[in-house]
Amino acid sequence: MSNDIPVLEMRGISKSFGPVQALADVDFRVHAGEVVGLVGDNGAGKSTLIKAISGVQPADSGEILFEGRPVSISHPNDATRLGIATVYQDLALCDNLDVVANLFIGQEMVAGGVAGAFRALDEVGMEHRSHELLNQLAVTIPSVRSEVGMLSGGQRQIVAIARSLLGEPRVVLLDEPTAALGVRQTALVLELVNRLRDRGYGVVLISHNLVDVFEVVDRITVLRLGRNVADFKRSETTQQEVVAAITGALTGAGAGNSGGER
Amino acid sequence: MTVTSGQTAAPALAEEGAFQPRQFARRFLQGDLGSLRVILGLVIIWIIFQSQNDRFLSAVNLTNLVLQVTAVGLISVGIVLVLLLGEIDLSVGAVSGVTSAIMAVANVKHGWAPVPALALAILAGAAIGLLQGFVLARFGVPSFVVTLAGLLGWQGAQLYVLGDTGTININDPTIVGLTGTFYSTTVSWVIAAVAIGAYVLASLVGRRRRAAARLPVEPLPALVLRLAAVSGAAIAAVAITTSDRGLPLAGLILVAFVVLFDWLVRRTQFGRHVFAVGGNAEAARRAGIRVERIRIVVFALSGTMAAIGGIMAASRLLAVNQSSGGSDLLLIAIAGPVVAGTSLFGGRGSVWSALLGALVIGSISNGMDLLALESSVKFMITGAVLLLAVVIDAIARKQRRAAGRL
Ligand SMILES: Nc1ncnc2c1ncn2[C@@H]1O[C@H](COP(=O)(O)OP(=O)(O)OP(=O)(O)O)[C@@H](O)[C@H]1O
Ligand SMILES: [Mg+2]
Repeated sequence: MSNDIPVLEMRGISKSFGPVQALADVDFRVHAGEVVGLVGDNGAGKSTLIKAISGVQPADSGEILFEGRPVSISHPNDATRLGIATVYQDLALCDNLDVVANLFIGQEMVAGGVAGAFRALDEVGMEHRSHELLNQLAVTIPSVRSEVGMLSGGQRQIVAIARSLLGEPRVVLLDEPTAALGVRQTALVLELVNRLRDRGYGVVLISHNLVDVFEVVDRITVLRLGRNVADFKRSETTQQEVVAAITGALTGAGAGNSGGER
Repeated sequence: MTVTSGQTAAPALAEEGAFQPRQFARRFLQGDLGSLRVILGLVIIWIIFQSQNDRFLSAVNLTNLVLQVTAVGLISVGIVLVLLLGEIDLSVGAVSGVTSAIMAVANVKHGWAPVPALALAILAGAAIGLLQGFVLARFGVPSFVVTLAGLLGWQGAQLYVLGDTGTININDPTIVGLTGTFYSTTVSWVIAAVAIGAYVLASLVGRRRRAAARLPVEPLPALVLRLAAVSGAAIAAVAITTSDRGLPLAGLILVAFVVLFDWLVRRTQFGRHVFAVGGNAEAARRAGIRVERIRIVVFALSGTMAAIGGIMAASRLLAVNQSSGGSDLLLIAIAGPVVAGTSLFGGRGSVWSALLGALVIGSISNGMDLLALESSVKFMITGAVLLLAVVIDAIARKQRRAAGRL
């Protein structure tokens, strides 16, 4: 938590899907150089909040501030431009494309040429950068030219994570990035999260594994039934307390607002 | 997966090793080298027909074959793009009919010069495709339904454009020349030499660039084999056609469009986005790709290619009538790429499948004509070939999945 203005702040975010209120007046913030754990039971609204930030599913109402400035994120490109990178829970990869193509999807390197979208791809440049990116993650994949559909679940997850590091992100949103990973790979991703923090990125980590969460985060925000129920500093809380907040056994405690009723 | 925690992993340079025949054979069987499998199928078909009737592989008949497949091959080029998106365009036959009718009416009835008349037809095809693409992207109607409506609607438009006349004969030398021009031996060889030179040069430049960036390059034997095969095909095509009427302009037009669209699909950002949308539209959307815009452009291109195919068909027939673009044209235009390995489910395929598929189906049809088979038999055999191709494709995909974890 290097300074007082959060790199990303959400105020009063609400989102409904028909009769289902997925998010109700949710506040959320992350500072540069901070890792925030976003936790809550299944259906608490974590992924919905991530999608509101990343622009793939804009919220119905609420305010988003980026480095203190109000911004509107209504399309994934808005988020990308701000430097918000996302790893989705369902990975969102194209199985028919190879690793290189997936890493650069929507942000392809082009080698000048004809107008508009008909520009030629810079395959050499992209393949080169892919090696750099994957080496940085200390991970080898059979070949950067293998189809993503043929990779194992963990390898796919690594590709999705590597993709989020492509630009120069300011904020990285990781929606259950370790769900498909083995013990060693999970450790690797947590180590990566630490490195991202050291580089000054704001990191949001969603996970159901509180042990993992406690290992890397600075702060924990708990959602329950689409509402904020608690906000803890890691150093000032315990797993039991967080579990209590998640399940609704806890009321009025924690650093955050207590809205766990209903 | 291999994790080398701590130390940095070396870039995967595995492919750089020597040419591996066993790996090659496995990839062949698993359908990675789909085009090669289709070419093998084509060779078998040719051998069968040649053994039944030795006029099949004559220069005259092979030149006829080229002329027969040009129109449908061009239409299939557009279909490939649509299939890559995981969509379907059922209107291409009707669009080729109505646009060729527009060309004929402009040229013959209104006395337009050939080039403006051709341009009008192509623009009309693009506009029709644009409209259909817009409707299905904007209102989220499945392409199946929109283009089925198009199939009916544009057929009606074709009757309307043709009016009472019914049939319009074309005798403009430029339009007729599109399928009636054959290049002399000298010109043909120059064209072949230029094409081969450009291909070799492009391959070598690409290879040099990869090597300069210290990326794995295609094994030398494979490269040599590829260059030799393509050059050999070009040389054979010229040698055969020049021993008849000459290298047909129509064939050149088809190959030129295939090469152009192949480049578009494999080498440009647009093409990459087409594959991405066809593979996982939601992932493409989340990555910031304007999925709707891609859909609209692809359908516009499909309409454009349908018009170009329609023009070539009219040129060959020397007329446009009420049944132009009808009959089995639509089905063959879609079946061709599928036979040659382009998936109906999106995200997989190649523009070359338009050409190869047209050749496969065209060869069967041509060969059965030589054998004077009834059209009932022709339809059934063509249907069986399509079914066989789809089944082979499905099996290959299953195998690929099973062998997935390399
Ligand atoms: N596209 C959608 N359409 C309708 N309802 C949705 C949609 N997306 C999410 N919801 C609903 O919104 C609520 C929150 O879902 P969300 O995916 O955000 O939960 P989550 O906290 O990410 O859960 P999990 O831990 O299972 O991933 C759920 O009740 C879910 O059913
Ligand atoms: Mg979720």
